[in-house]
Amino acid sequence: MPRIARTGNEAMAEAMRQINPHVVAAYPITPATEIVMIFAGFVANGVVDTQFVAVESEHSAMSACVGAAAAGCRVMTGTSSQGLQLMSEILPIASALALPIVLCEVNRALSGPINIHCDHSDTMAVRDFGWIQIFAENAQEAYDSVLQAVVIAENMQVRLPAMVTTDGFIISHCMERVEALEDAEVKKYVGEFKAVNSVLDVGKPLTMGCLDLQDYYFEHKMPIVESMKKAKDVILEVGLDFGKQFGREYGLVENYKMDDAEIAMVAMGSTCGTARVVVDELRGKGVKAGLLKVRAFRPFPAEEIKQSLSKLKSVAIMDRSDMFKNQGGQVFTEIRSAMYGGANSPILTNYIYGLGGREISLDDIRKIFAEQKKNAESGEVSQLIQHFGVRI
Amino acid sequence: MEKIVEIRWHGRGGQGAKTAALLFADCAMSLGKYIQAFPEYGPERMGAPVQAFDRLSDHPITLHCGITNPQIVLVLDPTLMATVDVTQGLPADGSLIVNTSKSPQEIRKELGLKNAKIYTVDASAISKDKIGRDIPNTPMLGALVKVSGLLDYDQMIKDTEVKLEKKFAHKPEIVKGNIEAIKTAYDKVKGEK
Repeated sequence: MPRIARTGNEAMAEAMRQINPHVVAAYPITPATEIVMIFAGFVANGVVDTQFVAVESEHSAMSACVGAAAAGCRVMTGTSSQGLQLMSEILPIASALALPIVLCEVNRALSGPINIHCDHSDTMAVRDFGWIQIFAENAQEAYDSVLQAVVIAENMQVRLPAMVTTDGFIISHCMERVEALEDAEVKKYVGEFKAVNSVLDVGKPLTMGCLDLQDYYFEHKMPIVESMKKAKDVILEVGLDFGKQFGREYGLVENYKMDDAEIAMVAMGSTCGTARVVVDELRGKGVKAGLLKVRAFRPFPAEEIKQSLSKLKSVAIMDRSDMFKNQGGQVFTEIRSAMYGGANSPILTNYIYGLGGREISLDDIRKIFAEQKKNAESGEVSQLIQHFGVRI
Repeated sequence: MEKIVEIRWHGRGGQGAKTAALLFADCAMSLGKYIQAFPEYGPERMGAPVQAFDRLSDHPITLHCGITNPQIVLVLDPTLMATVDVTQGLPADGSLIVNTSKSPQEIRKELGLKNAKIYTVDASAISKDKIGRDIPNTPMLGALVKVSGLLDYDQMIKDTEVKLEKKFAHKPEIVKGNIEAIKTAYDKVKGEK
């Protein structure tokens, strides 16, 4: 296997080159620009067979993706922040039409104020559109997850669009060691694209995207519900199989030193890597600390999280986005809901952090773990929800 | 290498601080290290102060926070020292490598620095002589390899040559000039002893 030094963006573009999709329609936006810029270079140099559709906006990019996917093509794109928001109108159409489009998303704060750095508010804003969402921790996972996303999305039990995200600049622009697969391995791994219900199949004429009122709209939303349920098993199967084939196993969540843990942090994306260092430090001092990494946010792995957390004493749930509802962030809200009704629930506290790229340091994470230790010892919550690292 | 070694590059937009950080990390990876290289993103203007960073280790690097206490700091443009605190976070046993015609003692006096090791090399003069232009980033790589002892010198030269040959396939004189610049800086960088 080739060992390469790649940024998160380069790793995603490399995965796209090896997947060699039929169509890519994209519009550039910081910090995701490089993904499609590098890929456009592959197209221009004849390295891939892809039809690249240069569009005038992300709304058009996703519209072209939907059109191409409906025509029976394997389709990919990439975007970030405002770009993802401009796609919003079309994103739920992609899932409703069961189009397995794969989107490389780079997490970036939403305007305003305008900001180009990382938080999860853009991806969170489209969490309820029937798209699978996978948060990658580093460039390696971004590369591996883009390959897996194609297989997951195109699985006949699933047939949903999927987005794989990296943290803007922190991962998208950080060069790391990536173990890549050979082109032939990727070709075999993702396999031939199977077109289902192509609108261009004249032998089997059909209409897509027609008006659907009180009589059938509800029924036609149910396949998304069913597919999302099945997507959980498929993500697990695909992650296990990837591990068997290539040595790197993935799941819906990752339990890091959680077996006998008493306190833990729950996080997504690049922060998990930093938290691992603190967990190791604490373990060295005899503190039973752990990390629960949430990799798939959609479908939401409620049972897996419940299983991981139910024996703990105190848990810090990290949200790199606020919902502005005075009840904490998205991850916190969903985990609290998942834990409800269980026999044992640990103390759950929410840390909304890192908005607009605000640094989260080792010391920050040490401080958060220290608060968990205090909560666990006293049995009391010092502060349920806090905006961590903001100047007051 | 017991732990992670962290490096900070100071330069001006267009001087190649980011390129140097990436080149060094890429080379370190080829020589078996785990690496990270990333620039500090802010206003990207020609001539504005910029920073870039490296992390090197023999073991996988998982942390993704910023670098605040680098063991090694490189300064591509000595005029930066008048406005930017290039020694910020530098530990007492850290190393500062400056592109200047001055001696390490003179730099120590200018900065009023009580500890840390200071090294100087006239990377700009070497660059003008060997490459024909003032692009001090590649000679500074030579100085970094010498001072840090992190990479095997011969392997580093060989690997960089291969990488530059790929990048400048039609301009062999650029490859030769850069390699000579790295070698010269490796030989000429001087400490205080």
